[in-house]
Amino acid sequence: MTDSLSLIFVAPVVAALALVALSVAGVSAALEARDAGRPISSGMTIPLRETARLLRQRPRRTVSADRLLWRSASTAVIPLAVLIVAFVPLGAHALVDHPLGVVWVNALDVVAWAVMWLIGWGANSVTGLVGGYRFLALAVGYELPLMFALTAPVIAAGSLDLAQIAATQDGLWFVVWMPVAFATYCWGVLGFSLRPPMDPGAATDLGGGILSELAGVDRLLVLGGRYALLVAGSAAAVPLFLGGGAGPTLPAWAWVLAKTLLLSLLLVLAGRRLPTLRPDKVLELGWVVVLPLVVAQDLVVATIAVATG
Amino acid sequence: MTSTDVAFWLCASVSVVAGALVFYVDSMARATYALAVSFVAVGVALLLMGQAYMGVIVILMMVMEMAVMAVYMVMFMGMNPALMPMSMVHSHRSSVAAAIGTFVLLGAGAVLVPWPTRRGAPPADVTAALGEAIMESHMIVMITMGAVMVATIVAGVALSSHRTRYDRLGDDLDRRPADDPQPGGVGR
Repeated sequence: MTDSLSLIFVAPVVAALALVALSVAGVSAALEARDAGRPISSGMTIPLRETARLLRQRPRRTVSADRLLWRSASTAVIPLAVLIVAFVPLGAHALVDHPLGVVWVNALDVVAWAVMWLIGWGANSVTGLVGGYRFLALAVGYELPLMFALTAPVIAAGSLDLAQIAATQDGLWFVVWMPVAFATYCWGVLGFSLRPPMDPGAATDLGGGILSELAGVDRLLVLGGRYALLVAGSAAAVPLFLGGGAGPTLPAWAWVLAKTLLLSLLLVLAGRRLPTLRPDKVLELGWVVVLPLVVAQDLVVATIAVATG
Repeated sequence: MTSTDVAFWLCASVSVVAGALVFYVDSMARATYALAVSFVAVGVALLLMGQAYMGVIVILMMVMEMAVMAVYMVMFMGMNPALMPMSMVHSHRSSVAAAIGTFVLLGAGAVLVPWPTRRGAPPADVTAALGEAIMESHMIVMITMGAVMVATIVAGVALSSHRTRYDRLGDDLDRRPADDPQPGGVGR
């Protein structure tokens, strides 16, 4: 960890995460505004106006809510995203350079299980609790395929170090020859950030699911945190599948930023196109269709890795 | 004392206090999350001891297990325990006696046993050394164990499942689609 970036870079990285998350939220809101027949420009500013509105809104009190756990959970979403980004190399080094970067990213996305369920449970409301359970049912569906998808770049690079995985993709990005693992990883990112089509836990048919009782700053932290998690997951995909900071002319950190922004936007666009499935359907799809496909992908990657030595 | 020492003792205290809170709080969810905090502190303590892989795996596995445990406990309680405070202990006296007895036994063992002095030096990469130890000389054991474990899981699920393929697919196994209480997404 001695090579990690200096602490001076913490503020710029967090600011970049916030800026990208805000841009993605703006584009998402603009597209929704266009669907509703309103001008796109009015949609772009919705995240800012929503932030101002929620900052002034009073928090909601529900009967017998476990306020300590509920508040801790809604506060934990954004730090979770920041921690994931801390392990992403912005060139040769990350905020935290760790030989087990991939395992850390995986561990942090698992913490989302505990956090999202708690947001739904803490308010002591039926819709929130059902939303929390829906999220966990989806999580059981996407998490194992996600773990096997993370295995593919690790096998190819022979390392759990994100910087080394990025460096191994010199010339040929992993996304080119492990597309199934990449698609599965993206599916998992949509899952742990509760974005469509993996959002039945926060769906409108449940009155917002885990979001239903959130108001004021708590709601702001969770809504913003979902975008931050989407961006953090995309940022982790850059060293894993998209060649890290490799690219012409611009410095490495700029390429990491650009690739992160592009992938986040693509995931938002994909989410608008794909249908939201019920958790029981997703669970069987994940285990019966996606999991064997990803394991086959790992087999192909391992064979190539052994053959090319 | 270095900053690592301070961090270690901080983690050690957090893990013990959070572990004790598991039996003090009156809510299933709080007990579960207190246990999760305790395990995360243990994981960080392992990191401080230079056991990076063990540390991160403890954090990953335990947080996942606690989330699953919270779900199952609340699910099978049949109510939302935020509304119904409940004691986290049962058989109070005998469990206190058992706890004190175990502590004295293990503590006495740790203090009184003449520990051998270290022979040789640890390898530079302990994780790789562990992997080689398991995968080289004990490979045949691992291969056998893997097959036995899979067979155990399949047999356990087959024995405990109250619905067999005849319930799903009919007496002649020709009913399509299958009769499932909860249809899946693949349509088998």
